Amino acid sequence: MFAEIARRIVMMVPLLLGITLISFTVIHLAPGEPTDLQTQLNPEVSAELRERLRAQYDLDQPLLVQYGRWLGRLARLDFGESFAQDRRPVAEKIAERLPVTISINLLSIGLILMVAVPIGILSAVWRNSTFDRLTTVGVFIGFATPSFWLALLLMDLFGVRLGWLPIAGLRSFGYEYLDWGRQLQDLLRHLVLPVFVSAFGGLAGFSRYMRGNMLEVIRQDYILTARAKGLPERTVIGRHALRNALLPVITILGLSIPGLIGGSVIFETIFAIPGMGKLFFDGVMMRDYPLIMGVLVIGAVLTLLGNLLADVAYALADPRIRRRS
Amino acid sequence: MGNHIDMRSFFIIIFLSFSIFPGCRRGASEPAAERVVGDTILMGTIGDASNLLPVLASDSASSDISGLVYNGLVRYDKNLQLEGELAESWSVSPDNRTITFHLRRGVRWHDGTPFTSADVLFTYQLLVDPKVPTAYADRYLQVQRAEAPDPHTFRVHYAQPLASALISWGFPIHPRHLLAGRDVLRSPLSRAPVGTGPFRFVEWVPGQKIVLEANPDYFEGAPGLHRVVYRIVPDPSTMFLELRSGGLDFMGLSPIQYAMQTDTPAFRRAFNKYRYPSFSYTYLGFNLRRPLFQDRRVRQALAHAVDKQELIDGVLLGLGQEATGPYKPGTWPHNPEVRRYPYDPERARQLLAEAGWRDTDGDGILDRGGRPFAFTILTNQGNDQRIKAGEIIQRRFREIGVDVRLRVLEWATFLKEFLNPGNFDATIMGWNIPIDPDLFNVWHSSQTRPGELNFIGFRNKEVDRLLEQGRHTLDEQARQRHYHRFQEILAEEQPYLFLFVPDSLPAVAARFRGIDPAPAGIMHNFIHWQVPPQEQKYQR
Repeated sequence: MFAEIARRIVMMVPLLLGITLISFTVIHLAPGEPTDLQTQLNPEVSAELRERLRAQYDLDQPLLVQYGRWLGRLARLDFGESFAQDRRPVAEKIAERLPVTISINLLSIGLILMVAVPIGILSAVWRNSTFDRLTTVGVFIGFATPSFWLALLLMDLFGVRLGWLPIAGLRSFGYEYLDWGRQLQDLLRHLVLPVFVSAFGGLAGFSRYMRGNMLEVIRQDYILTARAKGLPERTVIGRHALRNALLPVITILGLSIPGLIGGSVIFETIFAIPGMGKLFFDGVMMRDYPLIMGVLVIGAVLTLLGNLLADVAYALADPRIRRRS
Repeated sequence: MGNHIDMRSFFIIIFLSFSIFPGCRRGASEPAAERVVGDTILMGTIGDASNLLPVLASDSASSDISGLVYNGLVRYDKNLQLEGELAESWSVSPDNRTITFHLRRGVRWHDGTPFTSADVLFTYQLLVDPKVPTAYADRYLQVQRAEAPDPHTFRVHYAQPLASALISWGFPIHPRHLLAGRDVLRSPLSRAPVGTGPFRFVEWVPGQKIVLEANPDYFEGAPGLHRVVYRIVPDPSTMFLELRSGGLDFMGLSPIQYAMQTDTPAFRRAFNKYRYPSFSYTYLGFNLRRPLFQDRRVRQALAHAVDKQELIDGVLLGLGQEATGPYKPGTWPHNPEVRRYPYDPERARQLLAEAGWRDTDGDGILDRGGRPFAFTILTNQGNDQRIKAGEIIQRRFREIGVDVRLRVLEWATFLKEFLNPGNFDATIMGWNIPIDPDLFNVWHSSQTRPGELNFIGFRNKEVDRLLEQGRHTLDEQARQRHYHRFQEILAEEQPYLFLFVPDSLPAVAARFRGIDPAPAGIMHNFIHWQVPPQEQKYQR
């Protein structure tokens, strides 16, 4: 098994190289350049000045040379400096945004699991009951509701009309003057709406998935056997069915690892949360190549690792798979 | 203005920025009778600042903050007249080629170091240094020689007189003692600026807020407000909710917010709304290289087919005014006497018929030589006002038998693939209106190469001459004659249909006093804003 894991890790290197080459090419195929922001439609800028600026970003070099230089820096784990006007190191800009995005995503996945798993199981057990129908309608409403619209309605209700929760941002004005208990409380109050809104839309997928798994498992012979043995229904569902129905969740969790660093632009924009989604979106809009590549590389590595992790975890959890390989 | 993504305002502000100087703000106008100091103002801003060394930044958020932290030698006062800031006075040589600035004495940087002419000379050297990636170099490359003969005198020589030379020294002066001999690109001042201005930098939490604090030693007197906090709220709807809940004290409203959503007694008690023309206009530009638009009668006909008041009512909810040329109504370069084109579809059809366009096959679309009168209007994504204007114009053109398609494109694609190579029929766009009327780069026939700003390909010998004379004439009355004639020609030729000048619509919490709306807006006397002690909201 360790040989298998080592083989897969080695295979990741050419895969990663391929991903970076394709990403690099595609980004440069998009019309526009990072210097456009400063120079396009700006009456103060002459053609000479434009060229001067391009040269300062190496944009006058052939694409292959630019890729080579970027790859050389990456080999030293250096993502380079952002082409945005702040010229800060890409790693620093990403590190600044990661904690917020990861925390919100973890909280929201936690909330989704806590709500969606029971809903899925109960819907499967009480299939076609009123509960099943109601929750189905409920989660699909959640799935279909545009998050920005829901967010604005909730902000208006809880922020403006009732005044219970802050509207946007992560901290209140004057946060630094609070003691740590109140600071934590302030932070949590700011997280309520964002986490709720981001989890609300994710409930549908997960609960339907859980329901499907459970229905599949309930039909298996070993469940029939368990019932035939005379085990109480709670034990049948809780011990024999649930553990098997939860197995595929491992795959989903593994696949959601790269998603942890990805934020949604719309969501972050509405809540004024400085996260990865907006960083990446702004990077793309201003053609900030080093930043885009930095985020993509991290995402690619995490995707590959997440897949590997899911496979390994699956093998550990399910004896049937372990034995097959 | 509500729209899908926040990039809209970002684009308008950054890409179409004509006037780069944060200079036209605060003013040394008459101080308030009683000096009250204290409280904090929370300002809403759509985008985070990028870089607080002004030489490296060109976005509006950065320049708003730099405008409070730094000073220039000169600035525009509330009536858009030049006045001294770090320069106490200046003199222009008889041949108009040399300017001598006499600097204020006793001014100190926020770290206590005295400000001298060496700082000014250093700032000039930064601006023209080929290693510094700045978008502002062009104006300073025209300087033949700059010198600092003594600590309180700064002198520049130009090869030929330049009308915009004086205001170009409104650029924020950078501290030499913190930057000289170091890599400007990696300077910590980018994230923590040190200036001479009325507010000192305190803190920047990226993506969240930037905090400034009153400079008690400011040479024009300490500001009335203790703190200024810029809160970054990228979505205009969220910003509006924050404003209503008290999380912000200041924001620019959209027309719909101004007209429909703030008309409640509660809002009127808590906020004051202001309204004055903004420094920008929206236009429909024709690609004059296309045979379709080469006949002036066609362009005039299309001008008669557009109802500008309808656009203002529909797009701006009435919060704007008709544009007749590239200058702001009510300012000295603007010529109100030019030919106008009232909405008159009959006259439009008649002019088109004179140009040979008739509906011979009865399909409702005009044609000439078997070809229908059809074209496409391009505009950029993320600007709802332009898209709405396009839809209204499309309908009006259809009524006179002109078939128009509207196409909305992502900004970079729009520029690179369509606008710059001249690959378009017509476009709806906007320009900022500069306070200095020099529009050489937008209208001169030498500026029609790919990537240059005369992308519609406008060529007119008399306009060329007027623009050349205008930028080298220093006398305001003589300049005004050149630019007034320039607008007459534009009105006659209609290379653009000048559509409208939207209003600026700021809302400020009612506890702030001393706000004085003027031609320059409301920020010109920001250092004199204050809050009566009993109404102060923030103690620290």
